[in-house]
Amino acid sequence: MADKILKELTLKIWRQKDAKSKGQFETYKVNNISTGTSFLEMLDILNEQLINEGKEPVAFDHDCREGICGMCSLFIDGRAHGPDDDITTCQLHMRKFKDGATITIEPWRAGAFPIIKDLIVNRTAFEEILQSGGYISVNTGGIPDGNAIPISQDDAEEAMDAAACIGCGACVATCKNSSAMLFVSAKVSHLAKLPQGRVEAARRAKNMVAKMDELGFGNCTNTGACEVECPKGISIANIARLNREFLSAKIKD
Amino acid sequence: MSSFLGSSIGKKLIMSLSGLFLVLFVLVHLILNSFLMFDSTGELFNAGAHFMSLPIIRFGLQPVLAAGFLIHIIYSIILTLQNQKARPQKYATQNLSESSTWSSRNMFVLGGLVLVFIAMHLLHFFIPIQIHGNVHDDYQLVKELFTNGSTGLIYSGLYVVGAILLGLHLAHGFWSSFQSIGFSNTIWRARLEKLGYIYAIFIGAGFTTIPLYLHFFA
Repeated sequence: MADKILKELTLKIWRQKDAKSKGQFETYKVNNISTGTSFLEMLDILNEQLINEGKEPVAFDHDCREGICGMCSLFIDGRAHGPDDDITTCQLHMRKFKDGATITIEPWRAGAFPIIKDLIVNRTAFEEILQSGGYISVNTGGIPDGNAIPISQDDAEEAMDAAACIGCGACVATCKNSSAMLFVSAKVSHLAKLPQGRVEAARRAKNMVAKMDELGFGNCTNTGACEVECPKGISIANIARLNREFLSAKIKD
Repeated sequence: MSSFLGSSIGKKLIMSLSGLFLVLFVLVHLILNSFLMFDSTGELFNAGAHFMSLPIIRFGLQPVLAAGFLIHIIYSIILTLQNQKARPQKYATQNLSESSTWSSRNMFVLGGLVLVFIAMHLLHFFIPIQIHGNVHDDYQLVKELFTNGSTGLIYSGLYVVGAILLGLHLAHGFWSSFQSIGFSNTIWRARLEKLGYIYAIFIGAGFTTIPLYLHFFA
């Protein structure tokens, strides 16, 4: 079955020359877009069109285009990664839009994620949080036997679910407070649930929360919007765990 | 200690503990108010009001309650200001209605409106009964406010609005305070959310019923 064709789409896209310039919305038209096109391919088509017209193409982040790298961002029609659930923008397809629609595309907006150009934001803040404690600093040695450290299936599953976080920043972009709690809680949880991660659990929770606060992310108000927009379905149960980890670490001080 | 209270999670712990304290307070308050409906002579309610005016309550518990309110309000302002600052440039379009509840996004506004209601409420009852202490029949004072000819219906309406605002605030606040302490996981979240809704409806409906009962049936 052939895909339907969207005859005309109006795109309202945030254009900003660089971090210091003041940005504004520009309106573009694209025609004859197949509903089988991915959202980023549609932007590729727009950019070719702009290049042919001698205009500056729209800058946007993308890399793997299969939903695992966390590079693509975009706030589309008021939602992080656009109008679909549990996907990144590269997994969003044009079948989610109607012919003649006006689509508003904005960058992630958060003080901690400054705009670099157009739709690209600087997510180094996440790297800094990870550098402050999101690792295990032990010599791992040779490969241990699989059954040398018993780990319950439940714990392994929960750790793996938290480890699914790709650090895309949709949680921060969605949160009305620009809070990074879902990201930090996922990074704390996937180690906290495993014996190797327990060794430095207290220090990790304290350092990562301190870094998160220092970088100017907002405070969590438990609205739960982050977990709904998270492409990997990270649960805010992780945030409760981060609160526990942090509070119990601080009590011991 | 300062790094703890300065941290985002530390501040939220304070919000959550002061909130839970106030959650208990409104329950005690509702139980005492319900005396208004169970005894039309007013003796039961007056006895309750008299008990609440005992020195141990006035000078022992009331300052604790006032501190609870103040801490909850001050920290809410600090946290909200920080949250506003965290997104200097707002989105042109943002659709949060599919991903979160209205009350969870408007806790500060709801809390502010509840505070306005509380200020009015203190003027009506707390100041004459507890500060001036010249009220002989507390039951009569309350009943008059809600039944008095031209203004009775207006005040009944305002108190119903106050009760609904408080209910909406609790609808998110109850479970949220457990989440902030860390007492939640995938299983308990559903339980706490349900319990929170039940509690919010109970408190909201309770405080709604009392002025309406007094206005129409007393």
